Amino acid sequence: MKTQIKKLKAQALKLNKTTRSNVITIGALVIAYLICMSMIRGGNMSNLLQNLLVAMCYYSIMAVSLNLTVGILGQLSLGHAGFMCIGAFTGAFFSKIMVDTMDNVILRFTLAILLGAAMAGLFGVIIGVVVLRLRGDYLAIVTLAFGEIIKNVLNVLYIGFDSRGIHFSMKDTASLNLDEGGMVVIKGAQGISGTPRNATFTIGVILLIITYLIIVNLVNSRSGRAIMAIRDNHIAAESIGINITKYKILAFSISAALAGVAGVLYSHNIATVQSTKFGYNTSILVLVFVVLGGMGNLRGSIIAAIVLTVLPEYLRFMRDYRMLIYAIVLIVMMIFNWAPACINWRKNHSFKDVFWNIINKFKKVKEEA
Amino acid sequence: MEMLSVKNIGISFGGLHAVDSFSITINKGELYGLIGPNGAGKTTVFNLLTGVYKPDMGQILLDGANITGLSTIEINKAGIARTFQNIRLFKNMSVLDNVKCGLHNDYKYSSASGIFRLPSYYRTEKIMNNRAYEILEVFGLEKEAKYLSANLPYGKQRKLEIARALATDPKLLLLDEPAAGMNPSETEELMATIRLIRKQYDVTILLIEHDMKLVAGICEKIFVLNFGIELANGLPQDVLNDPEVIKAYLGE
Amino acid sequence: MSFITYLLNGISLGSVYSIIALGYTMVYGIAKMLNFAHGDVIMIGGYIIFTFMSTLGLNPFLAVLIAIILCTLLGITVERIAYKPLRRAPSLAVLITAIGVSYLLQNLALLIFGAEAKSFTSVIPLKPISLAGGKLIISGETLITIPTCILIMTVLNIFIKKSKTGRAMIAVSEDKDAAVLMGINVNKTIAITFAIGSALAAIASTLMFSTYTNLSSTSGAMPGIKAFVAAVFGGIGSIPGAMIGGILLGIIEILSRAYISTQLGDAIVFLVLIIVLLVKPTGILGKKIQEKV
Repeated sequence: MKTQIKKLKAQALKLNKTTRSNVITIGALVIAYLICMSMIRGGNMSNLLQNLLVAMCYYSIMAVSLNLTVGILGQLSLGHAGFMCIGAFTGAFFSKIMVDTMDNVILRFTLAILLGAAMAGLFGVIIGVVVLRLRGDYLAIVTLAFGEIIKNVLNVLYIGFDSRGIHFSMKDTASLNLDEGGMVVIKGAQGISGTPRNATFTIGVILLIITYLIIVNLVNSRSGRAIMAIRDNHIAAESIGINITKYKILAFSISAALAGVAGVLYSHNIATVQSTKFGYNTSILVLVFVVLGGMGNLRGSIIAAIVLTVLPEYLRFMRDYRMLIYAIVLIVMMIFNWAPACINWRKNHSFKDVFWNIINKFKKVKEEA
Repeated sequence: MEMLSVKNIGISFGGLHAVDSFSITINKGELYGLIGPNGAGKTTVFNLLTGVYKPDMGQILLDGANITGLSTIEINKAGIARTFQNIRLFKNMSVLDNVKCGLHNDYKYSSASGIFRLPSYYRTEKIMNNRAYEILEVFGLEKEAKYLSANLPYGKQRKLEIARALATDPKLLLLDEPAAGMNPSETEELMATIRLIRKQYDVTILLIEHDMKLVAGICEKIFVLNFGIELANGLPQDVLNDPEVIKAYLGE
Repeated sequence: MSFITYLLNGISLGSVYSIIALGYTMVYGIAKMLNFAHGDVIMIGGYIIFTFMSTLGLNPFLAVLIAIILCTLLGITVERIAYKPLRRAPSLAVLITAIGVSYLLQNLALLIFGAEAKSFTSVIPLKPISLAGGKLIISGETLITIPTCILIMTVLNIFIKKSKTGRAMIAVSEDKDAAVLMGINVNKTIAITFAIGSALAAIASTLMFSTYTNLSSTSGAMPGIKAFVAAVFGGIGSIPGAMIGGILLGIIEILSRAYISTQLGDAIVFLVLIIVLLVKPTGILGKKIQEKV
């Protein structure tokens, strides 16, 4: 009887713990959203910050989704921006050809998001099948390679359509052989321009919350346990019958699909989307968010993405020095977080200890007096 | 009734015969001990039985079905579960989740049900929780269910590994040095637990062990391996008094 | 004839990749880390030569010598400050730190030398030779680059096999803890590795910028990445692998730019890498590592 009660208590506690964490994260996002909105209404927000609001959302989505691959599946990927690229181009392509035929903006944008996610997810499956048998640094370099291939191919890709259908070319606009009245949608290095700018801060926040919930729910389910089991010990995971390939690809493709969502948000936020934006530099930037926010820590990823998106803009007054300072901050933070010497130092000098030491000293002084 | 029937399996690594013509028959419900000096090839036998290595020759039958050359995952599904000499827990997961991972193939719902929290998620998770707690209780680990498995003391980590293997509902359980690093009282407790799970879960056990007290205490039959080949096989009192075995252990 | 020209250009570019890849592969083999900032050391080397030669009017050879010394010091300093404290940290933490160092070097260069790209003057005084009645022209850079690469490989191979330091490097790369027990100073060995890698980067930068003269703060990044690809291609940790990987990569890149598509050259290089790794997951000369169960 006693154990029975304890069991129930324990179960209730578990439910509370994940739910509480979700409530805190989502609550904080909603509150931040409301504050931002009221600041915009009241005209208290600088243009600089307003322009960054949607960027914060898509970078957060990128960071949370990459955390699924890096932190939860435990596989290092340096090509996450490639999936964002696919999502961005798919979504923008769809919106651009549908802008005249489909009047319902919400429906059109929703479809664009779903299509972008589906296409990025599909590439995630294909690339995952090919690369996930490699491990560690080899996987990292191959994902980087795939990201660069996606970027390079889209950089020379021309797609247009006319009454006869869709035309592809890898050369130039002229070789598309379009009818009169045909439209060039993807113009090689110039990418796609004139996408309807449907992405708003509200939609961004909603997508971020959905992304967060998808990953949190996945992690706290049977599949999530399988994914983390592979991360912690793939040999043991195999020994209890967990299909390693299946769950690796599952996690990788969900992560890719969500990066695709971030891409759609991105391409509907700016006038022109070009593939050069999605090189390994962007992948690495997002990886920095994930590592600084904490591996497997979704809330941390969001915080890191927001802070590091805003920070460089606010360092603009330092002009040329800002990226230099960013680099130094990054190195110092990594050393402070991870160097064994610093970890020991922090253990001995935690804020709590320092606080109590001071209190105790005060007490002693008082007692002596 | 034969549970496991191994006929002449062997494997070599770079010309070295790690295991040569290994044959063993284990009947349903038996508790078999596999012993031998260091480097005799005991763990290699486990790796062959569980598909980590594919045997160069021979045949493995489980309950009459040929499982030779199957993958680790398929072999686990066929009914063999194991523990590892160097503990391989899912360190960053809770004790409860470690066991629930073992239930992975017996209680299923789709990833989509998990992501969108469909009714089958709640239904199945509830059953899984109950089942996992049942198993943890057998090992006296229910109080630590929420602990991170890496934070358990060593002896309990070994037990948790057995619990996880047992959660896959195996016909045959392979234990690789379950008492390694345990003190005498912990070993005593482990022996009691092994006896209990045999009864409660109707499972056949093959275990590798160096602790002779444990082996002589609970094993019904003993197989002695030396340099990859059979040295002796039979009842404990016969095997442990065999001059060849004593020689192998103590040297000339 | 044009094919042979392309092939020679490919081998020449590949030789540069090989020399850079050596730095990657040695550091990876010994410190087990991906030094993402390695490419930026090349860029810094380029700026140093440019400053001493074009701005201060120093003799080119002296400028190269100064660049080699300064890059070596830079490599040692970076290792000492940024990587050494993280020796026992997870590899991802070290990777991000290396990325931080890469940002730092790029922005430092941007700050000092400005955003405008500089035009590098070749330090190689040889005139191009023309063969087969002017149909085949071999540039002075190519004539110098290929033998330099072969010389470096030979010297390095002898150094690692025969010298005490070289053998210490092999020991550290096999097993750091065992090396400590054998009385090898691991910290010193790793520092020396970084020093050699950075000195090679300076040499590579001389050869590369003499051929591809555009010098800006990001011009080390892509060659760095490609040299890393070359190192993985040949089997990371293996010195002959770096050489083979680098040269193959250079040939593939130049030939695919010439015959398939100028813009897709990089994509083809990466595609070949993926195919090689799928067929041989540890690269051409990489050792197969089996996990013990």
